[in-house]
Amino acid sequence: MGSLLDRRGWIGFLATGLVLIVVVPLLNTLPADSPAHLADYLVPLFGKYACYALLALSLDLVWGYAGILSLGHGAFFALGGYAMGMYLMRQVGTRGVYQNPILPDFMVFLNWKELPWYWYGFDHFAFAALMIVLVPGILAFVFGWLAFRSRVTGVYLSIITQALTYALWLAFFRNDMGFGGNNGMTDFKDLLGMPLQSGAMHRGLYIASVVAMGLGFLVCRYIVTSKLGRLLLAVRDAQSRVRFLGYSVAHAQVFVFTISAVLAGIAGALYVPQVGIINPSEFSPANSIEIAIWVAVGGRGTLVGALVGAVIINYAKTYLTGAVPEAWLYFLGAIFILVTLVFPNGIVGLVNRWRGPRRAPPAAPRGLLDEKVAP
Amino acid sequence: MTVEASPGTTSPEFTTSLLYLDGVTVSFDGFKALNALSFVIDRGELRCIIGPNGAGKTTMMDVVTGKTRPDEGQVTFNGKFDLTRLDEAAIANLGIGRKFQKPTVFENLSVFANLELARKTVRGITRTLLAKLDTGARDEIAAMTRRIGLAGREEILAGALSHGQKQWLEIGMLLIQDAQLLLLDEPVAGMTDRETEATADLVRSLAGEHTVVVVEHDMEFVRSLASRVTVLHEGSVLADGSIDFVQNHQAVIDVYLGR
Repeated sequence: MGSLLDRRGWIGFLATGLVLIVVVPLLNTLPADSPAHLADYLVPLFGKYACYALLALSLDLVWGYAGILSLGHGAFFALGGYAMGMYLMRQVGTRGVYQNPILPDFMVFLNWKELPWYWYGFDHFAFAALMIVLVPGILAFVFGWLAFRSRVTGVYLSIITQALTYALWLAFFRNDMGFGGNNGMTDFKDLLGMPLQSGAMHRGLYIASVVAMGLGFLVCRYIVTSKLGRLLLAVRDAQSRVRFLGYSVAHAQVFVFTISAVLAGIAGALYVPQVGIINPSEFSPANSIEIAIWVAVGGRGTLVGALVGAVIINYAKTYLTGAVPEAWLYFLGAIFILVTLVFPNGIVGLVNRWRGPRRAPPAAPRGLLDEKVAP
Repeated sequence: MTVEASPGTTSPEFTTSLLYLDGVTVSFDGFKALNALSFVIDRGELRCIIGPNGAGKTTMMDVVTGKTRPDEGQVTFNGKFDLTRLDEAAIANLGIGRKFQKPTVFENLSVFANLELARKTVRGITRTLLAKLDTGARDEIAAMTRRIGLAGREEILAGALSHGQKQWLEIGMLLIQDAQLLLLDEPVAGMTDRETEATADLVRSLAGEHTVVVVEHDMEFVRSLASRVTVLHEGSVLADGSIDFVQNHQAVIDVYLGR
């Protein structure tokens, strides 16, 4: 207890980091006819997986440790993505279809004459970077404050987080919101003055995503191995006891929810330039539910499980939606049922069982939705 | 303000009284769980509260610890704090600790971590995030595990403890929290005879240093504590005095003991 990672953990962390940050980009720079060459299209794909992994990590922090099953984390991811998208739109400059130096194409199309005030500043990367952190963070803080202060927990909290992302979904569909409506934002050209469509940029974004995922992992590890981490488990398992010990349950929940939303926002911001589009579908309630499935499959309350679950499920999605598109949703449903019934501790739980009981995870959740409330 | 005229009642001087309930009424859908309940607990006192099911014992604890807001009446702690205006966490930080009827410890945390969380510290989030245990704190936790008979079990998950051990761990958490007033809701429920005896020794050793209020059904345990006893019935005090006094009290026999 108490240390960020043990010796074996650090070795695993650094070895994984080395492979992902050094080996993968190097293989991509090999000549295309070399048998070890990593195809160009795989780099942004892997970068996308890293963003999803960071997103899953953010959900595991609140769900696995603090018992807050947020089914609206896609909203924070999308808001981070929109902040990045706004910056990328301003970077387009006069290269848009309408060649307006200030207004993005969709505003010209709607006959808008000037830039709405909330677009100010997004031509600067530093400002956009700040918004990527602040917008999801402030929304989570305010939403969390209202919900947790009123002691909304369990299924009720899950439902209002769904409502949150649903409301934003509807709002962002509207053209008059000024975020591109149904079509969202796309046709990005540059990032930091460098063209987006280049091998070096793809590798750079991929590396940035992996680094963000690694740092996010360390931040989460730091929190869950601290005394606050133990307090979060206590909040998850016996809230009244925590209150009668003199801790504010709501403060702990708001803190961890806000940190989690910021991580999700960063994941979204790194995701958008790699997929080249951001639109309201990222807010769809089903998207947020899918994140919970990644975490459940990997093993909640383990952090590593979130990373593994996100990558495996998304790899399966990439493969299946290409090979047998109609099978994907059945597969997702089946795997979720399987996890719930057969291996509630997910992949990490299975691995731990094979390795023997000596390494039982510190947080052993029972069922997927259970909520232990003291009398 | 009404004070029951019965043997041993002290006048509610704020200087000697630690907890003072005055005319506390709580109704749930018209049912009065507490009906103008008034009593005083002195500093350092050990007091047992008994009564039939539905007499309002647990509701009384809920009111004192801030879980339930009374419809009427006042609850004064230490002569100056009106507990009816504070929330659970604030009340806990004033020095009121509560043991639940069903032992409530953090089952997925070790015995050590349970005590670490309970130990009196600044409760803020950043302080908790950055907290480091010094040797003084470790010694304090080790001493507490010995006191509650859990020495050598520090690293065991609290969920793996026996029922009795969980009760003791919970009491240990209240002690290390440095609670002035301990509210123990049925501390020996489900315990073996030997565990009950050990618990009686522990609770008796607390009086004086702490103020202890025990809610219990087990009359033998109450007798072994040799404390003053308050009998609740239908949300107010029915009788109050020594165990012999209340056991021979006709109204108490009628509504509670005699059945």
